[in-house]
Amino acid sequence: MTFKPEHEIYRRRFSRNVGVAVALAGFVVLSFLLTVEKVTHGDPMHAIQGKGAVNPDGTPIVPGQTPMQVDN
Amino acid sequence: MADTGLISDVTMDLTADLSADVAAAEPQFADFVQLLKPRVMSLVIFTALVGMIVAPVHLPPVASFTAILFIALGAGASGALNMWWDADIDAVMKRTSRRPIPSGRIQPGEAFGLGIALSAGSVIMLGLAANLVAAGLLAFTIFFYVVVYSMWLKRLTPQNIVIGGAAGAFPPMIGWAAMTGSVSMEACLMFALIFMWTPPHFWALALFMKEDYSEAKVPMLTVTHGRKVTRRHIMVYTVLLVPVAMALGFTSIGGPVYLVTAGLMNAGFLFGAWAILRRDEDMATADKYKVEKHVFTFSLLYLFVLFGALFAEAVLHGLGYGAL
Repeated sequence: MTFKPEHEIYRRRFSRNVGVAVALAGFVVLSFLLTVEKVTHGDPMHAIQGKGAVNPDGTPIVPGQTPMQVDN
Repeated sequence: MADTGLISDVTMDLTADLSADVAAAEPQFADFVQLLKPRVMSLVIFTALVGMIVAPVHLPPVASFTAILFIALGAGASGALNMWWDADIDAVMKRTSRRPIPSGRIQPGEAFGLGIALSAGSVIMLGLAANLVAAGLLAFTIFFYVVVYSMWLKRLTPQNIVIGGAAGAFPPMIGWAAMTGSVSMEACLMFALIFMWTPPHFWALALFMKEDYSEAKVPMLTVTHGRKVTRRHIMVYTVLLVPVAMALGFTSIGGPVYLVTAGLMNAGFLFGAWAILRRDEDMATADKYKVEKHVFTFSLLYLFVLFGALFAEAVLHGLGYGAL
């Protein structure tokens, strides 16, 4: 069994490939952290507006209307 | 066998030479970074960061970091598109001839692709991290720098620097908009400060880089109207800069520290502009444009110190001091 020698293009493009990899990895980490922060610090979510959903004071949420927000 | 060996050796040598040439021509990651004009990006980061810090409300830390990162990358993208469009000028000018495209390290198409992709990506990410006002301002800034300045004004009018300077003036306004979601008097004055500062800054540079601009046929004021007129323009724009710089001190982001600093720096800039106005070409060539070079360096310090003073005011306001 023989191993093919590594093509010289890998050596030639090494710094470029590492740079792109680091940039992409950084972008993924940043997107993840931004998502976590947006979810934890973001505006009150208005997603739950289905049948049976209620406002904090117990009144039903009418579909299409913005739910009441809780004042902290 | 001997012939075969010789041919083989020659082939090996040629292959080695060819590989070395290809390796030398291969663009490295650093070449792509250079395409984004990192020195311009550092000024953008600094002014945008101050715009964000002096704003009355702030985003959470990761969103703030993302905003400043993509404002900088948006500026870098416009730099790459500028290099793509101006490759012919850059090849002629000594100062820019070693940039990645004229030196052959990066193909124009690669620069264009990178510029477009980064422009779109930075605008989208700023919109997601901050708000649509900031994203819209960033998109307009990239458009203004690439289309209005690079493609249209730069080769058309000696006022290219005056109008095109708006592109460099937007970052603190974008930083402010990223935090507040709107544009206020303070943001407009920070914009106006850089806008009015750009012409004397660049014309001081043009006075001692005259060969470059005339050889590239870029209609800088020095080339079209002569150096005496340029010296007069530097004085006029420096005088116009003073009230703008001082007005910032009376807004909510100003204060005594800023006012004192701005007063001293304006006096220094005015003195430099006056010194340039009093000189003629014989005096300038005799001392190798010493005063012009000094004023150019001072103008960089001027902007850094004034935005630094705004930053200091923000810190003092945070501690309960400094507001007028």
